[in-house]
Amino acid sequence: MPVLDITLKDNALIMIHSLFLINNAGDLFLEKHWKSVISRSVCDYFFEAREKAVEPDNVPPVIRTPHHYLINIYREKIFFVSVIQTEVPPLFVIEFLHRVAETFQDYFGECSESTIKDNVVIVYELLEEMLDNGFPLATESNILKELIRPPTILRSMVNTITGSSNVGETLPTGQLSTIPWRRAGVKYTNNEAYFDVVEEIDAILDKSGTTVFAEIQGVIDACVKLSGMPDLTLSFMNPRLLDDVSFHPCVRYKRWESERVISFVPPDGNFQLMSYHISAQNLVAIPVYVKQNISFFETGSSGRLDITVGPKQTMGKTVEGLVVTVHMPKVVLSANLNATQGTYNYDPVTKILVWDIGKLNPQKLPNLKGSLSLQSGAPKPEENPSLNIDLKIQQLAISGLKVNRLDMYGEKYKPFKGVKYVTKAGKFQVRT
Amino acid sequence: MLGMSANSVSYNEQGSVESGVDAAQENSSIPGSFSSGGAAFSLFSADCKKNEDLKEMLESNKESLKLEAMKRIVGLIAKGKNASELFPAVVKNVASKNIELKKLVYVYLVRYAEEQQDLALLSISTFQRALKDPNQLIRASALRVLSSIRVPIIVPIMMLAIKEAATDLSPYVRKTAAHAIQKLYSLDPDQKEHLIEVIEKLLKDKSTLVAGSVVMAFEEVCPDRIDLIHKNYRKLCNLLVDVEEWGQVVIIHMLTRYARTQFVSPWREDAMFDENNEKAFYDSEEERKVEQTKPYIMDPDHRLLLRNTKPLLQSRNTAVVMAVSQLYWHLAPKHELSIITKSLVRLLRSHREVQYVVLQNIATMSIQRKGMFEPFMKSFYVRSTDATHIKTLKLEILTNLANEANISTILREFQTYVKSQDKAFAAATIQAIGRCATNISEVTDTCLNGLVLLLSNRDETVVAESVVVIKKLLQTQPSQHSDIIKHMAKLFDNITVPMARASILWLMGEYCEHVPKIAPDVLRKMAKTFTNEEDIVKLQIVNLAAKLYLTNSKQTKLLTQYILNLGKYDQNYDIRDRTRFIRQLIVPNEKSGALSKYARRILMAPKPAPVLQSAFKDRDRFQLGTLSHTLNSQASGYLELSDWPAVAPDQSVRNVEVVEPVKEAGAPALRKSKTAKSNEKFYSDSEEEEEEEEEGSSSEGSSSSSSEESVSESESEENSDDSNKSSSSQSEKSSSESDSEKKKKTLKNKKLQQQKPDSKDRKQKNGNAVKVESRSESESGSESSSSESSSESGSELDSDSDSGTDQKKNTKPKPVQSKPFIKQVEKKEVSLLDLDDFSPVPVTTPKSSILSPNLLSDLQGLLISPTTSALQASSPVFVPETSHELLHRMTGKGLSAQYRFTRQPCIYGNSMVSLQLTLSNSSDQALENIHISEKSSTGQNIHRFNAIERLEPQASVTVSMGVDFNDSTQAANFQLCTKEDEFSVSIQPAVGELLLPITMSEADFTKEQGKLMGMNESSATITMTPENVSSQSVNRKVVSVANIGVIPSSQENIYRFAGKTVSSGSLVLVSVALKDPDAVITINTEKTVIGSMLLRQFKTALTNSCP
Repeated sequence: MPVLDITLKDNALIMIHSLFLINNAGDLFLEKHWKSVISRSVCDYFFEAREKAVEPDNVPPVIRTPHHYLINIYREKIFFVSVIQTEVPPLFVIEFLHRVAETFQDYFGECSESTIKDNVVIVYELLEEMLDNGFPLATESNILKELIRPPTILRSMVNTITGSSNVGETLPTGQLSTIPWRRAGVKYTNNEAYFDVVEEIDAILDKSGTTVFAEIQGVIDACVKLSGMPDLTLSFMNPRLLDDVSFHPCVRYKRWESERVISFVPPDGNFQLMSYHISAQNLVAIPVYVKQNISFFETGSSGRLDITVGPKQTMGKTVEGLVVTVHMPKVVLSANLNATQGTYNYDPVTKILVWDIGKLNPQKLPNLKGSLSLQSGAPKPEENPSLNIDLKIQQLAISGLKVNRLDMYGEKYKPFKGVKYVTKAGKFQVRT
Repeated sequence: MLGMSANSVSYNEQGSVESGVDAAQENSSIPGSFSSGGAAFSLFSADCKKNEDLKEMLESNKESLKLEAMKRIVGLIAKGKNASELFPAVVKNVASKNIELKKLVYVYLVRYAEEQQDLALLSISTFQRALKDPNQLIRASALRVLSSIRVPIIVPIMMLAIKEAATDLSPYVRKTAAHAIQKLYSLDPDQKEHLIEVIEKLLKDKSTLVAGSVVMAFEEVCPDRIDLIHKNYRKLCNLLVDVEEWGQVVIIHMLTRYARTQFVSPWREDAMFDENNEKAFYDSEEERKVEQTKPYIMDPDHRLLLRNTKPLLQSRNTAVVMAVSQLYWHLAPKHELSIITKSLVRLLRSHREVQYVVLQNIATMSIQRKGMFEPFMKSFYVRSTDATHIKTLKLEILTNLANEANISTILREFQTYVKSQDKAFAAATIQAIGRCATNISEVTDTCLNGLVLLLSNRDETVVAESVVVIKKLLQTQPSQHSDIIKHMAKLFDNITVPMARASILWLMGEYCEHVPKIAPDVLRKMAKTFTNEEDIVKLQIVNLAAKLYLTNSKQTKLLTQYILNLGKYDQNYDIRDRTRFIRQLIVPNEKSGALSKYARRILMAPKPAPVLQSAFKDRDRFQLGTLSHTLNSQASGYLELSDWPAVAPDQSVRNVEVVEPVKEAGAPALRKSKTAKSNEKFYSDSEEEEEEEEEGSSSEGSSSSSSEESVSESESEENSDDSNKSSSSQSEKSSSESDSEKKKKTLKNKKLQQQKPDSKDRKQKNGNAVKVESRSESESGSESSSSESSSESGSELDSDSDSGTDQKKNTKPKPVQSKPFIKQVEKKEVSLLDLDDFSPVPVTTPKSSILSPNLLSDLQGLLISPTTSALQASSPVFVPETSHELLHRMTGKGLSAQYRFTRQPCIYGNSMVSLQLTLSNSSDQALENIHISEKSSTGQNIHRFNAIERLEPQASVTVSMGVDFNDSTQAANFQLCTKEDEFSVSIQPAVGELLLPITMSEADFTKEQGKLMGMNESSATITMTPENVSSQSVNRKVVSVANIGVIPSSQENIYRFAGKTVSSGSLVLVSVALKDPDAVITINTEKTVIGSMLLRQFKTALTNSCP
């Protein structure tokens, strides 16, 4: 059989050989091969690792099998398992798989098993375009959208009636220009550009409320709908704040290096312009403080919990969307608490206590207080659970970063420009 | 179904019964067979029914039906169902006009062609036609599919198609061709030679679209043909920023491998420096000195790679960032490594999987270079929500980073982790504490006590792990810890984890002499429970019994006998064996008399303590960022990173035709000079040409990012085309040069002039100075040949430095005004000269230490910047007298310190800024042992002064030191120590002090300035105060702000200054143009941050009325 001969020789370097999508229950619901077919039994090694890991998050991203390597990511309750045969930078594959997931999200609104199953043809077409012979070909969403149009309800109806297709008839212009991220001939009646400065505070506070570690992770998300080939320049009032930045490929590195301005020809639509990092060396303002007292009693299989949240450095803004999440020790059976504001919910299966506070009122601080009942006979937990805080502050970038101005060159019209700031809690943890 | 052609029916039947391949083959032999149809259908009715209507739909005339059918088929393929029996029906639609239908057919074809080879051939003609389509997209997709059909018979067709596509006008098609190369190669490796030809051709391609793909093909087909890269090396480096992100990763990895075979190691620099600084100086042998002090000079191509990959650290693609990081790790001089730290730490915010890989790499790095990540220690703090493997990796890194200074912080952090609900992680933390305890002797006791406390923990795994770690720790220092052993014996009853029990028993046995009372009692207890213990515990019981028998046989003889008897009949043969062995060994009888004499020595031999080390200890044998590194075992297809060559291969292969300095290292200079001379004469032309090309294209690249992209590409293409041509003609023969047009020639001459000093510089490094005919006037000062005497060069030195009118000769250590061009000078004479000239600054340190610095500066100060070697350093025009306070006498308990910038090239390191420190003792008792503490907290490389043994009251001493500020104004923090005290101090350099002056001609200045336009230029207009307008005052103000040299100017109202940054040697060009009453200050430099900071300072200096 000639076929066999080929597969035997077929161990040459190829980056990504096959992709399997597996849901949380362990069903393999999609497979795609870029070269000869690899039996799905290779996934048994993955299932083995999955079982051992207990939590999906603990599955090792790189798994070795006798003949292949499996590199997987876990996203939106789906495992993307890729099969690799030879040496390849693992981050290359991981980054690509995430890009695939993002593309699905972009196309279908969400990246879930059902949407992928519903759009299996588009998924296949996308995978075909994104990877050629295992090497990434077109991963830029703007180009893909020219090659393969995303589904819309209207279009799918029209398609079924007229039999017209959702594959682009024309050559993607971006792929060939030096600006691969932007298509040519963009036209809008309302030209607008919006920038969202989103900052997340990552922090670890210790028992006494002092900051063990805090830093700010910021991103600037952009939604640019401008006709033609606009060349934009975004400048900041205080660019020196930005410690470490990474950019969308459209940004000119050198301009940033020399003038601390962001100069770019934007992709069309939504994209992340840059992300930045304000490190622990700078003082990071912590918007809330938490007074907590969680204790478990030696006898009586019970414990007490008392949490109060109050504003700290909020720069005069209101803290909203405040949520406190506690991962309780396994022995906590139930919680009998009383919240002065918001609602709380304790899930005895996952052992997660969620206290949804909402808006923080500085005049009347929210408090959650009451008793916890433990499994009788079990020893009291060694460690108090740490609290994870979620919050949101509108109209504020906690680092103090401010956009100075946005200038447009290359086009004549006057665009509408808008900047929004928001601060959120990232991985914000209070140890108890 | 009956309406269908006979052929397809038979395929279908066969296909559903057997595999698709068989069907195809069988069919070709029995065309039109109807056999065994019915049975098969009835068996697989459900599946086939479905497929039946699919077939019907495909046969129909309606596009929409066909499309619908194809969509369903793709759905089947996606689910992993076999749809191969539909092949004939599908393949008919390959020529469909409907693009979507066509695409789906392609998807199908690629999937099944291999299994249905004969039928697949039917589609080939369609693709061949499409290869000639005027639409590039169609050409490209045809090639993609054609090359994806894995049918050996079409190899020649594919080969032809690839060759044609490789010369296609559309870069997109050429990119597809590059991809197709790999596919063809995997299909038929015999085509290798032909494919290499195509790769060679495509490597020359200038499109950023193609670069990544062709390098990928190169890596697969012929990774060993490094010679193909030579000529394209610089182009790849320069294109890199504009290549798409995936291509960047591949190219960076390839270039890492390439660089390791082509350049000499930049790492020996540090080692050599420390060793040789002193030695070389005292050494009187001329030759040896030349050899030893000849510092490492980075190949400009090596530098080019580092420089051009650096901006990619800001890529959003984590794979690119990692690729650049590993490139720096494997290629960059150690002191430049720190720039990757931030970016790697940034990646930790990314997805869990990214974190995993990055943390692994950081773990490996942090073993070798703690300093890199120490400032970011807190980024590795563990959160309770991290995945377990992430937690363990962070723990690993924290342990690696632990040192005397931060151990208390780390241990405090570990205390939190030990209490973690994740018990596996808690156990790992205990191991980490154990490692810290062994590595840092100061905290061993603290850790031990902490671990002992953990023994009363309620959790079993925690206790067990503690016992195991304590055991290891005690082994390192057993004598002092009998208390702990006793404590453990007490806990023994409550510990159930076998490993922990076994460990305690082992400890008892090993140190039974320290606990003579307890050990026999433990043995007694164990004798009772022996049968119920786990195997490893039993083995240790036997061990303990044997050891006690030897040391304390009176009490334990019977117990031992009893235990040995139990062991003799144990179910486990290991235990039976061990028992038998021990009995023979310790109990003397007739047979084993000889051995039992040594039993004590055998069993009680001192045992080496286990080394607790990182699991990442030897990971660095793999290239970072690779799969092999992640797995810690070699993955198939892993390409080993070669060691640096001892001697760099010929650089000229990259078109630089200059003799590599390293090659001639140590050769007697004068003897060789003759041959070298002629060579260099010949080569120098083409080298300059090449340099020029490189410069040109890189500046082109930079301008492309500022101006319209589309334009710049074509421009640069044109440009490099041009220079390519000229350079190749150059290297062929210098005479061909004369044939070229006049215009070109003049241009070249200009280049020649401009580049001359560079080539000269190199020659001098070789120890062969050569006279070069054509050179610009300004360089006349440097026209010294090797034979010229040192005194002559000394006088040159004087004449050269007189440009600075404000120079204060008496306070300035003259000799440090470095002269690059007097490499050959005899050291002794120079040093004498130096001494004569040396200023009578109050110095009490031994003379030799003053002498050596100056001397060395003469030798080395000027080899500072390989990248901008066209320029010569000169002496500072102005040295400010002002000194800054480092330590006030109140805070320093009587010790005060002041520092000033000497503005001289630093003797301790090429990239250091030299400083003079004046220490005074204002207390009433002598201060002893004044020195800078070993550890510098901010990570700058600091050259400390020799410790001052004694400083009398009211006395002061001046010492010099060097700090590598790495071209940033970040303060250098360090500890100034006396015998009793330690004071934290910091030096904050003004931006102007990070520079060294250089001289160049006005023409060169304009030329260089031209290269640093665009974003490298910053300028400002200011209004001058009247008293500042004179040339004197402008000069004075500028040079007082920054340590730069004055360039003679032919225009009246324009003042020019030039300098370079100390660390990286980047040019800094300053010009001030006066237009009454305004003045325009322009600064051109690659170091834009420095540029803008300088600009601000100049602005303030020139607008303030008072100096």
